[in-house]
Amino acid sequence: MGDGTELGRVRGLGSAQEGAHHWWRQRVTAGSNLFFLAWFMISLTRLGGFDYGSVHNWIASAWVAVPLILLVISTCWHARLGLQVLIEDYQDDEGRVIWLLIAEYFLAIIAVTAIFAILKAALVTTAVAAAA
Amino acid sequence: MATTPPKPERPISPHLGHYRMGPHMLTSIVHRITGDGLAIVGGLLFTWWLASLAAGKESYEYFLSWFTGPGWSVLGYIVGVGLTFSLFQHMMSGIRHFVLDTGAGYELKTNKTGSILTFVGSILLTILFWGILLKDVILGVAK
Repeated sequence: MGDGTELGRVRGLGSAQEGAHHWWRQRVTAGSNLFFLAWFMISLTRLGGFDYGSVHNWIASAWVAVPLILLVISTCWHARLGLQVLIEDYQDDEGRVIWLLIAEYFLAIIAVTAIFAILKAALVTTAVAAAA
Repeated sequence: MATTPPKPERPISPHLGHYRMGPHMLTSIVHRITGDGLAIVGGLLFTWWLASLAAGKESYEYFLSWFTGPGWSVLGYIVGVGLTFSLFQHMMSGIRHFVLDTGAGYELKTNKTGSILTFVGSILLTILFWGILLKDVILGVAK
């Protein structure tokens, strides 16, 4: 154990070899965000309109629905890591735990709702087209 | 029995108030604001957009009416331009972070130039994006 100094008392209680995990995941998702969001913004400029029909036709393609789901996973993960940093920096007392849980649940709900919506919009269109 | 030694007075590192705001500091603060803004406002609106699309034509048109209907288009432009600028700024600033992660770009001048470039890039991309979306409106007015 340590010699009683502040440094000595915390030595060995540190990162458990996971210290860089948050940092690394943030970079990995940042890279995929860059790719998928560049694609998404370019797609929006080529959509030709934001009416129901245009957007529905667009999302029905597997070439749109699949990358869009990947975009949701990547951005929600990145957002969860980012909100964690925000909370850790500004919330010093026990309330921190509650805010961290809220951030975690919030992004889980956002991600699952968005993915379900993409699948439903994409697959229902296909079903209607197949029935016609 | 060991007793906890009294806490020595530690020097406190100079915080925000001690520095003059420069482009680097602004970029860092804006990166955080845009990132967390996108996470909360962007996440909610993006999901609402998709969920209303999945729920059917009526729901989707209700969603659109919040941002495009008569009297509401102002809100649409504020939210739309705000979110796209936030996205492009966070993206440009994120690319700068990738460069900084390699250990490059910490020289004072390079660092300052890099942070100014994130704003130049994001403002240009926002103008370009909305220019393409509103091409017909802009050309229609010009005619």
